[in-house]
Amino acid sequence: MAEALLDVRNITKRFATSDGGILAVDDVSFSVAPGEFVSIIGPSGCGKSTLFNIIGGLTGDYEGRVAVEGATVVGTHPAIGMVFQEESTFPWRTVEENVAFPLEIGGMAKAARMERAAHFIALVGLTGFERRYPAELSGGMRQRVAIARTLASEPRILLMDEPFAALDEQTRLLLGDKVLQIQQTLKQTTLLITHNLTEAVQLSDRVLVMTYRPGRLKRSVTIDLPHPRDSEVVSSEAFGHYVAQIWQDLREEASRGIEDAESRVRLQGARR
Amino acid sequence: MTMRALARTRNGARAVGIATTVAAIAVVEGLIRGGAINAYIVPLPTQILAALPRIIAEEHVLHRFWQTAQEVLWASLLLAAFGIALGALLYRFRLLRQAFEAWVGALAAAPIVLMYPLFLVIFGRSTTTIVMIGFAAGLAPVILKTAEGLSGTRKVLIDVGRSFKLSPAQQFRKVLLPAALPSVFVGLRLGLIFAMINIVGVEFLINFGGLGQLINELAERYDLPGTYGAILFVILASVVFFDLTARIERWLRPVE
Repeated sequence: MAEALLDVRNITKRFATSDGGILAVDDVSFSVAPGEFVSIIGPSGCGKSTLFNIIGGLTGDYEGRVAVEGATVVGTHPAIGMVFQEESTFPWRTVEENVAFPLEIGGMAKAARMERAAHFIALVGLTGFERRYPAELSGGMRQRVAIARTLASEPRILLMDEPFAALDEQTRLLLGDKVLQIQQTLKQTTLLITHNLTEAVQLSDRVLVMTYRPGRLKRSVTIDLPHPRDSEVVSSEAFGHYVAQIWQDLREEASRGIEDAESRVRLQGARR
Repeated sequence: MTMRALARTRNGARAVGIATTVAAIAVVEGLIRGGAINAYIVPLPTQILAALPRIIAEEHVLHRFWQTAQEVLWASLLLAAFGIALGALLYRFRLLRQAFEAWVGALAAAPIVLMYPLFLVIFGRSTTTIVMIGFAAGLAPVILKTAEGLSGTRKVLIDVGRSFKLSPAQQFRKVLLPAALPSVFVGLRLGLIFAMINIVGVEFLINFGGLGQLINELAERYDLPGTYGAILFVILASVVFFDLTARIERWLRPVE
């Protein structure tokens, strides 16, 4: 394997609570090679989003180390571009103004940044919508704007936290195609946080399965499906094999999550 | 055309507004002519309309309108500059917000106009006194709504700014302020209303300046059609400033 572009080493994160604290992430280590697409999958409450915030530099006060090309990263870093789960386009900016935002911050001249923005808008398939405002677009289109905006900053690593979680399954599959196209065009190193099994197998070279609380890495599954891929891959036998394999691990963790949630509800009921 | 169909067109809504106003005026005219309203206190709307050319030609109401408009404009600029800055301070420093939010809220209810003798002592019988009273009267809502708008910025938008490594100044200019703009404009409009009421009120009280002074003079002469005609110009000024703020807001945030 090529030398790691992103190295996450022994990450542990505790949150202080009134009853002693929660160990959200426990000793998580993995690395991502240049051009690789890695997904982290786990049940709700396994610390995926905490890990996203730590790698992206939005959360401090953790144990361990995040490094890009061997250099330790503290706080947000231009090499890591983040795409958020929530709708994150700026509603007061048009599509092209949204996409050009990081270039504007970087001080690029208006003509140059609009030309550059047009390139990334085309990449996410939104040509013709440059002057539209987010309120005029569908949820899937808005997420594509957010992806184009992050790509415009030309990050070495694209870090995405369940960007299609709010979308329906068909849209999610088709946007998966778009993400694969982008990844293949740009050879973009990508780390995707998701709880969607189909999405993880469809898009990834490698899937890392996390345990339910505390979040630990349970297994790494290499997805040896042919490239270039698209959403048709979901009907292949090999795809089903990978989904079944990962689901075996995930099912146990998801069941623990459900049991934990139920016991907490019972406990709250007993306290009343 | 149904109500729903009318609501869909801009001209339809405008026509309903004008028709309702004309109908209300006709009702008042009828009530006065019928003796239900004392004609010595409220003049006939037709008399007010007939007085308009006279107050324009003889009382220079347009010039007075312009004087008041300038005072409101200056007060608005001060409100925007200081109100937004102070609101941002309350947002930025939690301690300041906890310490002063209730006081600023109380300021909104204070009858600032009654403090005009103090302003007269400080600034003299001048335009500055009028502008400063308007500014002081309108300040509280701008501060409060700015702080509220900034606090209400969605966390994910702030995180986007952080992920692009924005400086605190950039975060404020490029993310927080645009996100808070709808709330800021609510504050500015409220501030503008308070400022305008107080500006015309002080002009009336100190018999100085634009429309307020004219209303005072016409009322002293018991020229009721003229007085109400001048009040129409105060309403006109209010409409103009309201429309202006709406246009600025649409220019800054064209689509929600």
